[in-house]
Amino acid sequence: MHGRPRKAPTQEEQEASSLKAVKLRELQSQLLNFHRNKIYTKEAVDISTKLLESNPEHYTGWNYRKLSVQNLLESALDSDSVQSILDEELRLVENALKQNFKSYGAWHHRKWILSKGHSSTDKELRLLGKFQKLDARNFHAWNYRRFITALKEIPDEKELQYTTDMIYDNFSNYSAWHNRSVLLSHLMEAREGHSGKENVLGEEFEFVRSALFTDPDDQSGWFYHLWLLYQTLKREPLLITSWPSTGSNIQLSVNGYLDGQSLLPVLHFQSKARKYPIILCFNEAVEGVCSSTVTVECEYHAGDDLIWTPLSANKLDFAQAWLTYLNFPDEVNSLKPYSVKITVAHVPGITSLSGAPCSTTHTSFTVCVPLHDLKHAELQTMERISWKEEKFRACATQPQDANLLHSLGNFKITVENKPSASDWSMETIFTEIAHCRELLSATDCKIGKLTLARLLMAHNTLISYSRPNDGAEIHYDEILALYRDLMKMDPKHLCYYEDEYSLALLKQLTSNTESLLKYSYEYQESTSPSMKSSLCLRLNGLSLSRLGSMECLLWVQMLDLSHNKLRSVEGLEALQLLSYLNLSNNKICSFTALEPIRMLKALQVLDVSYNEIGAHSVDSSRYLCSSPMNHAVGNDWNFEEFANGGIKLNDHWDAFLVFKDLNLIQLEIMGNPVVNDQLKAFLFKIMPELKWLDGEKCN
Amino acid sequence: MDETASYPPIEPSNFDLIVIGTGLPESILASAASATGKNVLHLDPNPFYGTLYSSLPLNELTSFLRSQSQPLTPENDESTPQLLTLPLYSSIEINSLSLEPIENSRKLNLDLSGPRVLLCSDSMIDLILKTGINQYMEFKSVDASFVGDAEGNLGSVPDSRSAIFKDRSLSLTEKNQLMKLFKLVQGHIGKESGEDDLISEEDLESPFVEFLNKFGLSQKLKSIILYAIVLADHDQDNLENCKDVINTKSGIDHLALYHSSIGRFPNANGPMIYPIYGQGELPQAFCRRAAVKGCIYKNGLDSFNETFETPFGLGLDVRFVVFKKLRCDLGWVLRMPVAALLMDKDGLTYKGVKLVSGQELFSNQLILAPCFMIPSRLTPAAQVANSYDVGRRDAKEKVARGICIAKSSVKPEAANCLVFFPPKSLYPEQKTTVRVLQLSGNVAACPSGMFVTYLSAMCDNAVEGKKLLDAAISALFSLPICGNSENNGIEKLSEHTDSKPILLWSALYIQELTMFQDSFNSISFTPLPDEHLHYNYLLDATEKLYQKIYPNEEFLTQTNLPEEPVDDDSSELD
Repeated sequence: MHGRPRKAPTQEEQEASSLKAVKLRELQSQLLNFHRNKIYTKEAVDISTKLLESNPEHYTGWNYRKLSVQNLLESALDSDSVQSILDEELRLVENALKQNFKSYGAWHHRKWILSKGHSSTDKELRLLGKFQKLDARNFHAWNYRRFITALKEIPDEKELQYTTDMIYDNFSNYSAWHNRSVLLSHLMEAREGHSGKENVLGEEFEFVRSALFTDPDDQSGWFYHLWLLYQTLKREPLLITSWPSTGSNIQLSVNGYLDGQSLLPVLHFQSKARKYPIILCFNEAVEGVCSSTVTVECEYHAGDDLIWTPLSANKLDFAQAWLTYLNFPDEVNSLKPYSVKITVAHVPGITSLSGAPCSTTHTSFTVCVPLHDLKHAELQTMERISWKEEKFRACATQPQDANLLHSLGNFKITVENKPSASDWSMETIFTEIAHCRELLSATDCKIGKLTLARLLMAHNTLISYSRPNDGAEIHYDEILALYRDLMKMDPKHLCYYEDEYSLALLKQLTSNTESLLKYSYEYQESTSPSMKSSLCLRLNGLSLSRLGSMECLLWVQMLDLSHNKLRSVEGLEALQLLSYLNLSNNKICSFTALEPIRMLKALQVLDVSYNEIGAHSVDSSRYLCSSPMNHAVGNDWNFEEFANGGIKLNDHWDAFLVFKDLNLIQLEIMGNPVVNDQLKAFLFKIMPELKWLDGEKCN
Repeated sequence: MDETASYPPIEPSNFDLIVIGTGLPESILASAASATGKNVLHLDPNPFYGTLYSSLPLNELTSFLRSQSQPLTPENDESTPQLLTLPLYSSIEINSLSLEPIENSRKLNLDLSGPRVLLCSDSMIDLILKTGINQYMEFKSVDASFVGDAEGNLGSVPDSRSAIFKDRSLSLTEKNQLMKLFKLVQGHIGKESGEDDLISEEDLESPFVEFLNKFGLSQKLKSIILYAIVLADHDQDNLENCKDVINTKSGIDHLALYHSSIGRFPNANGPMIYPIYGQGELPQAFCRRAAVKGCIYKNGLDSFNETFETPFGLGLDVRFVVFKKLRCDLGWVLRMPVAALLMDKDGLTYKGVKLVSGQELFSNQLILAPCFMIPSRLTPAAQVANSYDVGRRDAKEKVARGICIAKSSVKPEAANCLVFFPPKSLYPEQKTTVRVLQLSGNVAACPSGMFVTYLSAMCDNAVEGKKLLDAAISALFSLPICGNSENNGIEKLSEHTDSKPILLWSALYIQELTMFQDSFNSISFTPLPDEHLHYNYLLDATEKLYQKIYPNEEFLTQTNLPEEPVDDDSSELD
């Protein structure tokens, strides 16, 4: 049934089909006429029968048929005549399906008839048996089967056995595996508690393992395996990191610089306004973060009027990271540390996409607020930031930096009621990893390697949830090697493997302080009289094509991502402290791809030079992005204010969208095909604070 | 032989070919010759079709076995050599272990040369389809294959992708290796010319067992592949003493044949099928085809016309009608014992045959079933082994065959199944594979509720052969304690009866595999039933024989039989 080439029709077949078309056209026009005039006579209905039996794809025909059945039923006198009307419809559908058993209209009509209370489900099951023998993978038949079994209230266990039989017959049956996953989802829901789920999943892993070992090149089993893996890892959403991080000591400063008298490692945060951001990062996108689900306890702040904003470029109500600002009243201006405690309550409220509620978690930190010194802030000047190598000094040799990073990297957040399932999950993943390695030692198979990489990744994620240093092995190098292999073996899916490689690499880099330290540098403003220095994370030249693990980098203020393969910067929106960002020499091909940057209110310096903005005439992301065309932008679309000097909305709305809300001081944009003098002038206009554009000082 | 008087004379009396015996090779040859317009007279002294390939009720079977086990004393007549019976069977041992006689013993269709099945893609099936005789026959698939051991544990044979997946006794690595081998074989067979060989020429010539070793297969898997799929007879692990080392090429060819047999016919769920009513149906179908094509019929014997107008179905009862007809001389074959051969004056050139009725018939060629013997007038040294028997075989080798009857299945979930006992599986000195085929009522081998089991094994002598079969029987069945004694019966069963079926009746016999005959130019002997599970080698030998007799004629080309009224068209080979 599958993978069979279609033969070119012979002369005779072509003639026959054009003859059939003539007949069909005749029938069709007759039917449409009846339909229009609401004629449901026997003769009219017979015409529709003829049409639908030879062309079951005629949807209007089926609709006409439904109207005529309703019409007939109204005048039906007794149950026998109702029965015969409906029987006639079932017979018609059966004939139509003989013509084409993949006709949506015909299957739907059959469901509609059965929903009229006409129940002959045994016959339906027999009919299904025939269709599934003809093509065991036919998803129409499987869909209908689910409909019938629900109607007949056939127990899921019995249907599960049916899928087992079908899989035994031929395990390359995607539909059977899929139905199995549907049935098991129901069964696991019905069986309360973890142990039921654990037993079911354990048996299923064993069942599918036979298929994987028998024919590793067959993908159907692997897809089912992937589903099982998701079920194993499935858990309630969790608050994993926050800014400020748990236990940290924050000293606010207006110029980002404070004499380090404090004995404790101190985080300096530069803020012009008397407010600072709080960011909560969850392990998956959640909704419902608000002042009633998150309690903020603070000595000088009630915390109940906080507004939480989702940090997400696409999903409106769901986000992995959420942002709010804590304000300091003017009277708070001592160096006394204020402690802040945040509690995410286990109440229905914060839920994941799948509807699972979040567990209760706490995070707390202290804040020191300096004297209110607005004058000092205004005096601050900025010289042009240069990303040149000589400006950076590696941190690895500086013990104080290591301490600082250590406090930054202390992400652990207390989770109450630690889920008991994790031991079992870990064990299951261990077993699957061992089997996957065994299989790969005998067979070189792409999807096996991909699965092993996914399993190892899952294993690492599970470890990161549990206590540190519990002896479990971390496998990042193996994962990266697997993806490098896959890129060579399967160049068709290169982009996917590059993305996965990037995610794994970032996870590795951010997994502990020591590795982060290797990528941390001190930026020195040579000319500054104060010898001001900033901590810069330099993830340049790592072949990254996608960003991840941003929840571990919430503290980053200066980030170098140049010389990678980034096509998108999704994830950066969580880095609310980011002030300096280098994205030069990547593969960003449109302004719309920079949309996440819109949310970075602290961003002052941006380098997007030598990308591919404007290089591709077709930009698919442009149509996914909110734009004036889809009215998703909101009321603040004031493009017209800037639309003079020959700037057209059509050409530059995307640049306007990204830059209008940014307060950039410095922008590098050269080396992109889109750049011209007109655009530069436009950019100056929409960003009045811009001082440097492509190295030129603006007046 | 008092019926002989009632035989009408046959006219005319000159033929291109006279065939005596209705075994499968004789029937195919008669059919092939008549298809090319030859004048063929097909005779059989027995009241049933099939000669050495027949399926018979219990009593007929035993009396036929006994009749073919001792030579008749030749009468002295120099000019007309008597046609004698060759003692093909020896050491016949029939045990009735049940106190009661076997009920419905007439409803049994016991194969004389079992166990035998057809592989759905083998050359026999191709011939059946080509000649159209599938319209006379129906088949049922053999449900499953097993590998057995001395304790009677039957492990399944994972012979296909889904069987490997299902098999719980295989380790994951074994599943992987086995499927990899199957895929390699399919790739090797399916490759386009010009593509790189997946298996090197050197490997193809080497012993298959070494190839499997290279593949890293476990002993268990090797054994399954060699003895249950490739159907090796001799111990392949012992290469120095092995009488028939299977090389990689033929091993792979057989694996490919096996796999292409799975799923060839939608109704057959395994690779093997069995003809309903027994193997005896096959020669009968060829006889019928020969008749339709003009064998006998062309000779203008008006009385035969009647037969061809009789609607013929495949039902048991109908067949008995035909048998009755055969007894009164009519069928597609003339039931006619032949008394002697007519030779030229020098006594070395064949001229014709003399029937028991005394009539003399002449032909250019004579084909004889191998159970006949012409009294030797040559020195034994000049006698040659029948060159159309399957070669490669040691001259003294024989095949031990057995038939068992029980009332339950050796494997409860399978009605029709094969069991293989590879070398050394029954006892350490076991040199050859014992093959077992159990059939049930649904192939009409026996009434329902009963099971007939055939066994066979290659052996050098009767003692060895009996030992092999006895070991397999005691692994599969529960036996009365006092072995073969016929009187102190069924009550004293051995203690460990567990779930094994109780043996009710058995017959063991040793069949010769090689004949030594005088060679005559115009007289040919057809091959003996061989030791194999299928007909491939036998068919090859038959074709060679045909080409020797008629070098310029084609062997059964594709022809359409005239439509005959067939009452049941549910044959699986549509």
